[in-house]
Amino acid sequence: MALLDVNHLDVRFGMRRGELQALRDVSFSLDRGERLGIVGESGAGKSVAAFSLLNLIGKPGYIAGGTIRFDGQELTSMSDRELRHIRGHRVSMIFQDPMMTLNPVLSVGEQMVECLKAHRRISKREARAIALHKLEQVQIPSPEARLDQYPHELSGGMRQRVIIAIALLLDPDIIIADEPTTALDVTIQAEIMALLLELCEKHNVALILITHDLGVVSQVTQRMLVMYAGRVIEQGPTREIINDPQHPYTQGLMNALPQMATPGSRLNQIPGSMPSLDNLPSGCAFHPRCGFVQRDDGSHRRACEDNIPGFVTSGNCQVACHMVAEMLERDRIPAEETSR
Amino acid sequence: MIAFLVKRLFHALLVMFVISLIAFAIQENLGDPIQQMVGQSVPESEREALREELGLNDPFFVQYLRFAGNAAQLDFGYSYNFNQPTMEVIARHLPATLELVAAATFLIVFLSVPIGVYSAIKPRAWLSRFFMGVSIVGISIPVFLTAIVLIQLFAIGVSWTPFPADTGWGSWLNGVITTDGGMPAYGRGNPVPVFGTWTTNFATLEGLTYLVLPAISLASIMLPLFIRLIRAEMLEVLQSDYVKFARAKGIPLRRIYFLHALKNTMLPVITVGGVQIGTLVAYTILTETVFQWPGMGLMFLDAIERSDIPLIVAYLMIVGLIFVITNTLVDLIYGLVNPTVKLTGRPA
Amino acid sequence: MTTSTTVPRAGRWERLRDSYLLYSFKRDLVAQLSLLIFIAMVAVAILAPWLAPMNPYDLAQIDIMASEMPPFWMAGSDDAYLLGTDAQGRDLLSTILYGARVSLIIGFGAVALQAALGICFGLLAGYLGGRIDAFLMRLADIQLSFSTLMVAIVVGALVKAIFGSSTFSAYAVPLLVLIIGLAEWPQYARTVRASVLAEKGKEYVDAARTMGLPSRRIMFRHILPNTLSPIFVISTVQVANAIISEAALSFLGLGMPETHPSLGSLIKSGFDYLQSGSWWITLIPGAVLVALVLVINLLGDWLRDVLNPRLYKG
Repeated sequence: MALLDVNHLDVRFGMRRGELQALRDVSFSLDRGERLGIVGESGAGKSVAAFSLLNLIGKPGYIAGGTIRFDGQELTSMSDRELRHIRGHRVSMIFQDPMMTLNPVLSVGEQMVECLKAHRRISKREARAIALHKLEQVQIPSPEARLDQYPHELSGGMRQRVIIAIALLLDPDIIIADEPTTALDVTIQAEIMALLLELCEKHNVALILITHDLGVVSQVTQRMLVMYAGRVIEQGPTREIINDPQHPYTQGLMNALPQMATPGSRLNQIPGSMPSLDNLPSGCAFHPRCGFVQRDDGSHRRACEDNIPGFVTSGNCQVACHMVAEMLERDRIPAEETSR
Repeated sequence: MIAFLVKRLFHALLVMFVISLIAFAIQENLGDPIQQMVGQSVPESEREALREELGLNDPFFVQYLRFAGNAAQLDFGYSYNFNQPTMEVIARHLPATLELVAAATFLIVFLSVPIGVYSAIKPRAWLSRFFMGVSIVGISIPVFLTAIVLIQLFAIGVSWTPFPADTGWGSWLNGVITTDGGMPAYGRGNPVPVFGTWTTNFATLEGLTYLVLPAISLASIMLPLFIRLIRAEMLEVLQSDYVKFARAKGIPLRRIYFLHALKNTMLPVITVGGVQIGTLVAYTILTETVFQWPGMGLMFLDAIERSDIPLIVAYLMIVGLIFVITNTLVDLIYGLVNPTVKLTGRPA
Repeated sequence: MTTSTTVPRAGRWERLRDSYLLYSFKRDLVAQLSLLIFIAMVAVAILAPWLAPMNPYDLAQIDIMASEMPPFWMAGSDDAYLLGTDAQGRDLLSTILYGARVSLIIGFGAVALQAALGICFGLLAGYLGGRIDAFLMRLADIQLSFSTLMVAIVVGALVKAIFGSSTFSAYAVPLLVLIIGLAEWPQYARTVRASVLAEKGKEYVDAARTMGLPSRRIMFRHILPNTLSPIFVISTVQVANAIISEAALSFLGLGMPETHPSLGSLIKSGFDYLQSGSWWITLIPGAVLVALVLVINLLGDWLRDVLNPRLYKG
């Protein structure tokens, strides 16, 4: 059985002008020690997905439906008090901006010790020893002194190391990292990413990596999800998707990578921009930008405009696209509807 | 630490310099000590001699230095009205004001923090909405009006209401609204002497009853202000990444609210608190006027009424000094709470 | 001018009107009621000379025999005096109408003055920086640490001492506008400076500067329009503050004389009669003052909620 099993997760935001559906029918699973990438443009729902796993989406957001099973326990029906013992203990998080993540008025040591004391009966002295050990693991220079320093005395890279150390404090099963290097200097991005990977591998921690960087995902993860406007549109083994993307949107993303462009020519781009959640197009949310739909003369266009596509299996991947379904059908490859 | 203190000290001296210039200008232009010392009948030649003798014909700069020198020794001359050294007059009135301010500050601190925090944590609860509604009405009522209403309700009493007494709800409302009054509302009663000119209202129950209405009035305008400020700051802090991260770490909510969030909330609140001390002193003038509370504010108004220039000057200097001291203290506290202010020389 | 340097000024009002401002106003009953009451009070105050049953400034109309008459719902009232009379026999309704007029004139006048001063100083400090900034802000700090009311009381007392009571009374309105305006400019200066510092770093200002536009033009035509929201928000609060400050000064005898009363001096004149049971002379003008300040504060609250750029951050 998978370590984490997310099924048909629906997340909504009760706004003043009505409800926004931030996540729709999101399903995926994660095995022990596995590394999963969640990719998409900003606003696609990646971060909402990450935060909703531990029910950390702030008001007015709430989980409207679906299940999240973690190690045999159902998380969506847990009270905040019960969830607290999972957060930071079994599943920990790394946030995007290390400059904002640490509390400015508490010392690094305090912020580490409190995390240990929140989950274990432990003396302050023991907690400090563990904290020091973790700081050593993240290769921070002079770890002993850092414990008594305040966040503003550390650089962005060092703060992110501290945050990684905090994430590892209680030897969790899963780390959810929400764009852990985006806010950092380009020069240390690779360094921090390598550190995170190495530590996850060493301690057999599963990693959910949320990013808009396809390059990082392809190098780091074993499986990936592509999200668009609050939905998963393609998921499967990373290598397969990178080598042979099925969904027109994924193809567009791959083509937009600078290395895919012929030198000297303009970079490829997907025309238009992602719709906002309060104004989603009918049918497949991608259809107004989809090259196939634009080129199509009629029959498929209707399906794309009217119906939300379900998943079809292509190789080891699942794709939510009418066009792909059609092509698979045409090639007489049995296109099974995935069990939903 | 030393650099910080020196900077604060320099700032404090600068402010005192500005205040002393203003005070000196007032004394120069408004006070004619000769007029006060001798009557109208004394001939001009004698006045001139006296003026020379007192150094009143010296250049501005010399006179200012003399004024500043005296001021440094807290010597502002004799009050025209009381015919006593001004500092003695002030020393007699200071305890009343300080006690009033202390009581009001106590009310403000111990009510605004819990109420502000509660209404930030539960912004939609009806109690929070009630507090917010009351507080916006609170900041819209001038202090002196609150004082007048309190006097009407609790000192004079309300015997008449517009509600019909023969209906059930009418008599119930009458019961709620009508009061017998009887709370002491004017003066300090019989404060107990402590030492020197210091007398206190805190020693006896009777003394405390005299303090109740004035203290509530004085707190009435600051309290809603701080409740709203604490709520607004706390709401913003609760949206911050570090609070979300603390939740993601599985820290108990109580600790998140009262350590992570509150400590950050208090930083701007302390700063505003420092600024509001000045406002509090200004409001003591109003409160003391309504309640005939024999403090510095009442004394100051009286001095204005009687053009008692030395007393006015002394009041301004002393109040200025109190501002400067409290502001410096507030800065120090701020520095202690906020680690980004380099207060202590930690070995790097 | 190229499009890149055009400040979003022309479209600003239209955008606000079309989007959130009107939308949230339509949904906010408290804001609607507040605006309605505020407009009604301003209108009644402006029309006081035509609406009031009698002219409280006209000694010939005052009947000293009719002093301390209670309002209409109490025993012993006279139909001629709806809200009763004060200790000098003036019709309370009329004095309140005239008094509200004086309070509003001083409130708006003082805010106009402090806004003019504060915006100029704030722009200068924020845009030029350096020594001018340091000087102006230190001045603002010192003045604020003394509290605006304290400054107003001291200045008011001094002005009164210099000019004498009778001259002060004769010119009380412009003097109070001046005193309150001078006392409260730092609020504006700080707000404007903060917005200017935020705007200054943006590209359109760099663009305008590269084009060689004069500083004055950049400040007033490019930066100022983009700092309007916070100015708008604090203006409402400041009007409420100015009205309260005026009332406080008048209550201390440093404001409007009783012969030409504002709401504050009405409260003061009635206070002496509280003990004799004539509570209405002081409490009815007090209630009017509170209502006026309250609706302005409620409008200010609503504006802050709607316009506050912080709210758009997340």
